[in-house]
Amino acid sequence: MQLLEGEREEILACVGEILKDTAPKRENLIPVLQKVQARLGYLPALAMEKIAEGIHVAAADVYGLATFYNQFRLNPPGKHQVKVCMGTACYMVGGGITLESFERRMNIKEGETSPDRLYSLERVACVGCCTMAPVVVVNDNVEGKVTPTRVDGIMLTFEDQNDESSHKKGQDQLKQEEDQQ
Amino acid sequence: MSETANPRKIYDHLYQEACAKADLKQNKAKVMVGTATCGVAAGARQIKSDFVREIEASGLSEAVDVIEVGCMGHCYAEPMAIIDKPGHPPVCYGKLDEGLVHRLVEDFLAGDDPSYEYAMAALERNDIFPTFEDFPRGVYEHKLILEQCGFIDARDIDSYIVREGYKALAEALDNQPESVLEEVKAANLRGRGGAGFPAGLKWEACIKQKSDEIYIICNADEGDPGAFMDRSILESDPHLVIEGMILCAYATGARNGYLYIRAEYPLAVTHVQEAINQAREKNLLGKSILGTSFDFDLEIFQGSGAFVCGEATALVNSMEGKMGMPESRPPRLAEKGYRGKPTVLNNVKTFAYVPLIVRRGADWFKGIGTPDSPGTAVFSLVGKVVNTGLVEVPMGTTLRQLVYDVGDGLPDGKAFKAVQIGGPSGGCLPESALDVPIDFDSLQDAGAIMGSGGLVVMSEDDCMVSVARYFLEFTQHESCGKCTFCRLGTKHMLDILTDITRGKGDENTLKLLEELAEDVRDGSLCNLGRTAPNPVLTTLKYFRDEYKAHIEEGRCPALVCRDLILYYIEPPKCSKLCNVCVGSCPTEAIFTRDDGLKEIDQEKCVKCDNCLKACPPEYNAIVKLSPPVLPQEKARKAK
Repeated sequence: MQLLEGEREEILACVGEILKDTAPKRENLIPVLQKVQARLGYLPALAMEKIAEGIHVAAADVYGLATFYNQFRLNPPGKHQVKVCMGTACYMVGGGITLESFERRMNIKEGETSPDRLYSLERVACVGCCTMAPVVVVNDNVEGKVTPTRVDGIMLTFEDQNDESSHKKGQDQLKQEEDQQ
Repeated sequence: MSETANPRKIYDHLYQEACAKADLKQNKAKVMVGTATCGVAAGARQIKSDFVREIEASGLSEAVDVIEVGCMGHCYAEPMAIIDKPGHPPVCYGKLDEGLVHRLVEDFLAGDDPSYEYAMAALERNDIFPTFEDFPRGVYEHKLILEQCGFIDARDIDSYIVREGYKALAEALDNQPESVLEEVKAANLRGRGGAGFPAGLKWEACIKQKSDEIYIICNADEGDPGAFMDRSILESDPHLVIEGMILCAYATGARNGYLYIRAEYPLAVTHVQEAINQAREKNLLGKSILGTSFDFDLEIFQGSGAFVCGEATALVNSMEGKMGMPESRPPRLAEKGYRGKPTVLNNVKTFAYVPLIVRRGADWFKGIGTPDSPGTAVFSLVGKVVNTGLVEVPMGTTLRQLVYDVGDGLPDGKAFKAVQIGGPSGGCLPESALDVPIDFDSLQDAGAIMGSGGLVVMSEDDCMVSVARYFLEFTQHESCGKCTFCRLGTKHMLDILTDITRGKGDENTLKLLEELAEDVRDGSLCNLGRTAPNPVLTTLKYFRDEYKAHIEEGRCPALVCRDLILYYIEPPKCSKLCNVCVGSCPTEAIFTRDDGLKEIDQEKCVKCDNCLKACPPEYNAIVKLSPPVLPQEKARKAK
């Protein structure tokens, strides 16, 4: 995934800051990765290289850890993040169908982020709300009993929000132009 | 150990303080809202703010406290709250919404009518309203480690101390460390992580190493999809686990301990961290605990989500910053564990039993459950069962009692098909095995394992091939890749199962699957690989007919496998005047024919089940057919 403008600097600053307070021990590698991901939302390749330098391990080892554990993501989260629960209870009542509906509507596969970074889609193993299956976590809010029709509803809300923000952007631009005149 | 000061005396002081704090609030009414993760998902935060708003509006803020508690285990009724008003027994209300909150505040808190018509149960015996013990579930349930979950404020150490929390520690510190070990050994406390190894022997093996440094790790890397009791205990009663770990440290002489908690459980991490901080403030953790010369401190390590890290050696590797791959044992962790030092590693539940055993004695503990598996078992009861939630029953309770009495049977009059115990490492047991008593050994004999305690009930609508495939997909994805049989064998098994769900296969397929399953079991180092074939082997053993129907007839008896079914609108039943199915279809596959009837374009249909749910019950015109042949095609073929 292409880095956005100014993202490179942000990554370097963030990694530098976190490494500054950490002893360069292998034991600290996972906590560092967790902290970086908490700040940036994901682990860009550049960040992993810098962490490898800071902790004195091979970059391949860092990449190995990042891909071994489910928690770490290598692509940036979308503006709208959707996580579909695939625990046993959700699977049995059609979690897979819900996941497919999102894939179809967002036009990406699970684990991907749309190129405009609006949407990202993940599958997670059990969020522990089995009684409301199938469960979807939308931007950290848990939604229960999500049928394909509800998927359409969720997507409509997203599209509405996108329209609003682009509308607002357009208005801001207009205002700026007016001010300039 | 207690030469410097009297820990009992210091504890008494803490206890009096906590009691005094509780006494201050004695005359106040309390509203306790369950805000563990499951409650929050059902909208508990909103309910809490509704309560606060309504109480303020009624001018009762001074007389009523709204507090957050953990999970009571009655997940089917979330969001829930308990109202404890002086002069009334505490009453529990479920399935709350804004209107009901308004009513409860107006009638019960402001007025004096407990609105029993909306109540689930009272929590103390009284002459007016039944308690949870009066329901079938309450008859079988015996809560030990879940006893306080949902009734105490997890974020306030005093609400734990006021119920004699940390008393076991104070008493133990007044005695020799050996007495804690002897008590745990005498109680025959078996590890609740799944394997059931006696905790006392594990501790003793560590002590025998006579090492200068011993570590204690609490395994809270609950990775089984469908089990959430560890999360619930840590969120609802973190001090119980912490006290258990301190007692273990005292018995073994460890000075440092770690809680390995999944990063996916942010609320549990927050609550445990707060609990650790509060315990330090009260000198229950840290240097010279309760005035004695005993030092011990705890830290949280956040696990990053790998199922294999539930395996002890893999967990330790992961804490050392490596990939979570298991090592061959021996040496066992008790000999060479974290940082190469002897390490005690126990599950959350195992530690939670320790304070209770120390306080009430080994004989009390052995009086519950069966002789070989004393104590209770905690299950997360999910799937096709009416009363889902966390349940704690004595060992020796049968599966039938658990499903039909505690869980109140299956919803919508569906027929029982199987129960899956122990998650991806466990097995599926049929109706005929329902009278198996739940304990470590009986379950193993039946082909399942106790495992992490996930218990999924399946009805006639669930396809066993698809379920076996689901679990294998999970273990295949979570296999760390170290052993060839686990890495490639599970992949190959998964491919075969996927083929079967598509109706592909021949007479040799099932034989090959069985052979592979045995090879994976024998050729893997750790329990992830060794138990991965269990779901496949047990379903093959008990539900072979279903596998055969898929392969030989291209038919899925439960109408689940999507390559083997199609959706069809029965013309005689379809009402021409209703358009519900057309609107419900996400792919616009349903259209209106010239004669007004609806039909499904099979090319466009993604088999999402939406139309079937949407079709009004008075018509019930949409059916699933397997094998996937339309009636008109069938008729043509017959000609």
